[in-house]
Amino acid sequence: MTVSAHQTILEVRDLTIALPSDGDRSTAVRKVSFTVGRGEIVCLVGESGSGKSVIAQGVMGLLPKTLPVTSGQILLQGEDITHAPLSRLRELRATRMSMIFQEPMTALNPVMTCGDQIDEVLSQHSRLSPLERREKVLAIVREVLLPDPERMVASYPHQLSGGQRQRIMIAMALVLDPVLLIADEPTTALDVTTQAQILKLVLDLQHRHGAGVLFITHDFGVVAEVAHRVAVLRLGDLVEVGLKHDVLQRPQHAYTKMLIGAVPTLHLKQRPLDADAPVVLKVQRLAKTYVDKRWIGPDRSVHAAQDVSFEIRRGQTLGIVGESGSGKSTVARCIVRLVDPSAGAVLLGSEDIAMMSVAQLRPLRRRVQIVFQDPYRSLNPRRTVAQAMVEGPMNYGLGRADALQRARSLLALVRMDASAMDRYPHQFSGGQRQRICIARALMMEPELLVADEAVSALDVSVQAQVLELFEEIRSRLNLAMLFITHDLRVASQVCDQLAVMSQGRVVEYGPAHQVFGAPQHEYTRALFAAAPGRDFAFGA
Amino acid sequence: MSAPDFDSLSVEAASVLRQPSAWDRVRQSGSVRLGGLVLLLLVLIALAAPWLGTVDPSLFDPASRDLLPGKTGEITTLEGETLKHRFLMGSDSFGRDIYSRVIYGTQVSLIVGLFTAIVAMALGILFGLLAGFLRWLDGPLMRVMDGVMAIPAILIAISLVAMWRGSLSTVVVAIAIPEIPRVTRLVRSLVLSIREEPYVEAAVSLGTPTWKIMGRHILPNCVAPLVVQGTFICASGILTEAILSFLGVGLPPDIPTWGNVMAEGRAQFNEYPHNIFFPGIFLALTVLAVNILGDGLRDTLDPKMAKRV
Repeated sequence: MTVSAHQTILEVRDLTIALPSDGDRSTAVRKVSFTVGRGEIVCLVGESGSGKSVIAQGVMGLLPKTLPVTSGQILLQGEDITHAPLSRLRELRATRMSMIFQEPMTALNPVMTCGDQIDEVLSQHSRLSPLERREKVLAIVREVLLPDPERMVASYPHQLSGGQRQRIMIAMALVLDPVLLIADEPTTALDVTTQAQILKLVLDLQHRHGAGVLFITHDFGVVAEVAHRVAVLRLGDLVEVGLKHDVLQRPQHAYTKMLIGAVPTLHLKQRPLDADAPVVLKVQRLAKTYVDKRWIGPDRSVHAAQDVSFEIRRGQTLGIVGESGSGKSTVARCIVRLVDPSAGAVLLGSEDIAMMSVAQLRPLRRRVQIVFQDPYRSLNPRRTVAQAMVEGPMNYGLGRADALQRARSLLALVRMDASAMDRYPHQFSGGQRQRICIARALMMEPELLVADEAVSALDVSVQAQVLELFEEIRSRLNLAMLFITHDLRVASQVCDQLAVMSQGRVVEYGPAHQVFGAPQHEYTRALFAAAPGRDFAFGA
Repeated sequence: MSAPDFDSLSVEAASVLRQPSAWDRVRQSGSVRLGGLVLLLLVLIALAAPWLGTVDPSLFDPASRDLLPGKTGEITTLEGETLKHRFLMGSDSFGRDIYSRVIYGTQVSLIVGLFTAIVAMALGILFGLLAGFLRWLDGPLMRVMDGVMAIPAILIAISLVAMWRGSLSTVVVAIAIPEIPRVTRLVRSLVLSIREEPYVEAAVSLGTPTWKIMGRHILPNCVAPLVVQGTFICASGILTEAILSFLGVGLPPDIPTWGNVMAEGRAQFNEYPHNIFFPGIFLALTVLAVNILGDGLRDTLDPKMAKRV
């Protein structure tokens, strides 16, 4: 891996892009300079709002009018394209630079076949005959390792899986052999095993075509997998650029140090478990089947969860890991009874709540509380923090004054200022909102706290803080926790027991150190192998 | 694991956008200001009608028939007194003062618009909540609504007024009924999407009873689109009332409404266009003002809908 930029493809010099006057700062990016050489992958890393996507749009000439380039230059193979006319940019796109996006479903046209969409790029930018174009389309589809190219070319985007769609996007981007490929969070929307395959594909293709790649991501695991050089952005400022090993293992800037320090390691945090702690929740052969009743023909059913059994003891955390569609969230929602299980038992202490009627369930609801993934939608935008927090206890007859008293002490527990009480959710950041949601759940003094991907939507530095909070709450209040996540790194930080789910079934279940240390099931092993950056030692 | 300098370095704290509140955006919207101003002016005109140089709108004087705007003539009060009066907008074929009738007509139009919106919204919200929450009622209720929507609004209104005799309340109800399905559909779709929001699910797991969830979590988050819909119903209510009156199936002809004034002027439109011109201007202005206000509210309160429509 020679990374000396012997031939610079992209040079960004002192680039400054303004934000509209009502933004939270005056510039989206400020005086940013970096280069991408031939055959080089440069990762642009930063948390949300750091301006990394704006830079990508700037290079592609896709910036909206509200975000003008106010100074600096963008040079593509020496040609200044900062203020190039639209016609010139159109020539350059696809032929010399191209881009792949985060969400391939929305980036592809739903009413054109994938083959036609790749063909369109060729017919716009080349003088090939239809027959030659078809040959070329099939060749590139083969190159991105899609099975059965003929069928893929004739398919519409919705007929393909997320990973296949992303491969089509990559084929489209590379069909004209551009010198620069910009990948804007290309694997963020994908499952971890698919992500591993796509990352490998990008690396292979980049190696074969020799293009320069500007790879935008927030995930240091991905950085460790693909990058040659790394550029770290913070609030529009480039705080650090360097070779991968330098930046990830010997970061210089305090911000980079903090970010890398916040990346959860894959090393288990082991702690002694009390094997005799009382069982708080026991799930037996739980199943949920969604039935689509139809007027004509047989009903269609989907088995979201089947034969799921596990138990959680007081003071311990059970993690359920799995990819999207594995049924892990369905299980969580069955336990909280946001959906009604189709079969099985959910024993809360000695009571089976699986099939209870709403009226019977009411007094028991307070014993299980849930924290959701999206902190922006978990709080009613029209109710203050105090109103949100006292709602639950007051449903069970606690007086307002007592409820407010409890709210104040719990806000202190989640390290929020008491002044938060009278403010509305939109006045808080995502991490702060998630703290409020945790406090709201704790208001009910539950025995079991369910966290459904509760840290997945948070930036890595905030994620570390919230994880720490969960851990502290569990030990201080001696709670049982059910922690649902797709992220093995997160799971390794908090879980005592681990259940791995795939296609609605628990494929492996046991103490975390056992599942991590010696995974038995094939799927578990594949999942661990796919975790990005698993062999990389981050140093802060 | 956590860096001690987290707070000084965290991007998060800095990235909380200082967004202007919805109310600030509403106040700064040009459309809201313009529409609101014109509407306010019309409300003031309606309230101050007796003091704006008008006479009783039902007074007539055969001697002052078909006067052109600005001419002075005589008018006889109910007590038999004869007054000199300047007919600012001319007079109709009975010798009634069109200016007075148009000004007093403002009252009728605004009342009809306002109450149509209130009646249609109230019933629509009720049906929408029921359809969105009680799944077994959803099918039957929405098919009835589809049925109502299939009949032209003006036909329903005409037949209802014909059944009940024309009075202000029957006209309001008759105009409101065809508007109900649209509100119902809107509320139902809002309920169906909001009830899936995590904050509603959180309320369920906090043990909040269903009726409290509706009142506390769902309805307040429907307000913005409902306010917008309300203004459009108001505008269409004013227009429909004028149409009904013009067709002679609305309020009785002795009540001064813009539609009635235009209906009487219809026969002599060629010779005396002022009979239709002045009430027409007021009608157009009112409907335009309400619609501009509604557009402004939609753009500021409900940006998603603004992009869609």
